[in-house]
Amino acid sequence: MDLSSIDPISLIASLMIAATPILLAGLGELVVEKSGVLNLGVEGMMIIGAIAGFAMAVETENPYLGMLAAMGAGAVLALLFGILTQYLLSNQVATGLALTLFGLGLAALLGHSYTGLKPPAVAKLDIAFLTDIPVLGRILFNHDAVVYFSIFMVVALWWFLNRSRAGLVLRAVGESHDAAHSLGYNVVMIRMGAIMFGGAMAGLGGAYFSLIRVPQWTEGMTAGAGWIALALVVFASWKPGRLLIGAYLFGGISVLEINLQIAGAGISPAYLKMTPYLVTIIVLVIMSSDRRRASLNAPASLGRSFHASH
Amino acid sequence: MRLMKTLAASALALGLATGAQAQEPYKVGFVYVGPVGDLGWSYQHDLGRQAVQDYFGDAVETSYVESVPEGADAERVITQMARSGVDMIFTTSFGYMDATINVAEEFPDVLFEHATGYRLADNVSNYSARFYEGRHVIGLMAGRMTETNTIGYIASFPIPEVIRGINAAYLAAKSVNPDVEFKVVWAFTWFDPGKEAEAANALIDQGADVIMQHTDSPAAMTIAEERGVLAFGQASNMANFGPNAQMTSIMDDWDPYYIARVQAGMDGTWESTATWDGIAAGMVAFAPFNENLPAEVVAEAQAAIDAIAAGTLHPFTGPINRQDGSPWLAEGEVADDATLATMDFYVEGITGDIPQ
Repeated sequence: MDLSSIDPISLIASLMIAATPILLAGLGELVVEKSGVLNLGVEGMMIIGAIAGFAMAVETENPYLGMLAAMGAGAVLALLFGILTQYLLSNQVATGLALTLFGLGLAALLGHSYTGLKPPAVAKLDIAFLTDIPVLGRILFNHDAVVYFSIFMVVALWWFLNRSRAGLVLRAVGESHDAAHSLGYNVVMIRMGAIMFGGAMAGLGGAYFSLIRVPQWTEGMTAGAGWIALALVVFASWKPGRLLIGAYLFGGISVLEINLQIAGAGISPAYLKMTPYLVTIIVLVIMSSDRRRASLNAPASLGRSFHASH
Repeated sequence: MRLMKTLAASALALGLATGAQAQEPYKVGFVYVGPVGDLGWSYQHDLGRQAVQDYFGDAVETSYVESVPEGADAERVITQMARSGVDMIFTTSFGYMDATINVAEEFPDVLFEHATGYRLADNVSNYSARFYEGRHVIGLMAGRMTETNTIGYIASFPIPEVIRGINAAYLAAKSVNPDVEFKVVWAFTWFDPGKEAEAANALIDQGADVIMQHTDSPAAMTIAEERGVLAFGQASNMANFGPNAQMTSIMDDWDPYYIARVQAGMDGTWESTATWDGIAAGMVAFAPFNENLPAEVVAEAQAAIDAIAAGTLHPFTGPINRQDGSPWLAEGEVADDATLATMDFYVEGITGDIPQ
């Protein structure tokens, strides 16, 4: 084993790249679930974002327009989910699963003429002297803008959920939609907003795949990242800060696993691969072992349909 | 749409049945492990399907199911396909082997063709390509072209086919460059562009300047191009993704085999066989060599291709020891197919263990 061949700086850099798409999608889903809606269609919205972002970036030669298109496409798909579940009161689990299948199929169809093309490159931020700081400069100040955006969103969402009035209302809707309704809040509209925000974030996460992480379009390229994002939200017990830790842990383990293999460490990759999921299960067990703690975290109305009948 | 087709077909069949014998199209189904748009393994099988369709025209009706996971799901999909009245089913991944055999027992009238496995039954044939012949050729090129003497290898699952590929490439690279070293990553997936890209990045970070892959997407090729290292495509020509990076690509050409087997099925001459063809039969082919390659490297690769096609060169010719140093092949001895088909060991010189 030769661990010295692993360069910690590039390890951390690729860890951040691996973590960013699931962090973005996870943040979106966190807001959705905080409003009391369970959208299992993250994977579908991500893959739609991946192809929409890729197509727009290729057509306009501008990756940032591509990312905007990805957010729009994710939000439109989420809107479909919102209409079905919020107005037509369909089952959220079934609708979410259907959304994933629909998204995967639609993306394959849309992407047919885009296989084999090369998207415009996304520049890494190169802040004159910050990037030149030894070690720290390359870890902290040498990424693309989306990485910083995702970290900014962690802080922004923490502030929004815990310090702003709108966030309080969102949480109230997620905890008890009947109470929020009787106070005069429009439960359905608030949830629709959250759902579309979730779709936009998932779409951006998907575009991160097709524009930055693997700059190409191939069918099914998100390969389950949406499901990991869903697991992350539970792992993070619906807290943005923990979601950041979780995303970097999940991303870090997948990168570390590969690097350890190359360095010749005799650890079976299977063990490292299951670690994030084991940790998620442990977190779930701990959370549900204590009723008080569980009720503090999981939104009480999660997954329940709301119908203003009174 | 399909319903309409079926209705139209049955109406036509009814109409014709009164006159001559109705000419039902021969139905052929395909099961793919990845999406047909993976531009690699499944894409190449689907080209084979299209070749069958073009060749036979209306006499044959083909259908496929893509992205079928290996395991329990596969058996369900294959059963469904068999039940829907197809005459022949191609199951195109190693992991479908047991599922194929199980379903074949239930449907003795349906003919099955399983790719890259080793089990047979009265109505199950298997077929594979001698990809290791291709790996020998790219191994030679990798050994010549590497400057860091480090070759990165993205492997999928520790099955004989993949292990055979690593061994063949290593032996060839070593024969032209004694200092060469292989770094192998087991991705435990056939298709996950994100993971494949990560593996390629990590290999390059750790000093590899030539990337080989035994996974199906062009992700590693894209990364190689971006990072300015060399690479080989997998299953199909990936030059689009790496115009500078791709030296060549081992391409799978299933067209002639698929057409021959469907023909045999239609004629009633189909028999259970085990086919293992290589460069000579055209099942293993190469993408055009990159123009930037030195002429002598291309000439050497071409000479190896010709020698393998002519039968004068076998990539596994002794003396070869196993990784633990025990002798496997004596001087001049050539590996037999049975050992190759079940290969579960590295040859001497490769570092690391094969995951269990």
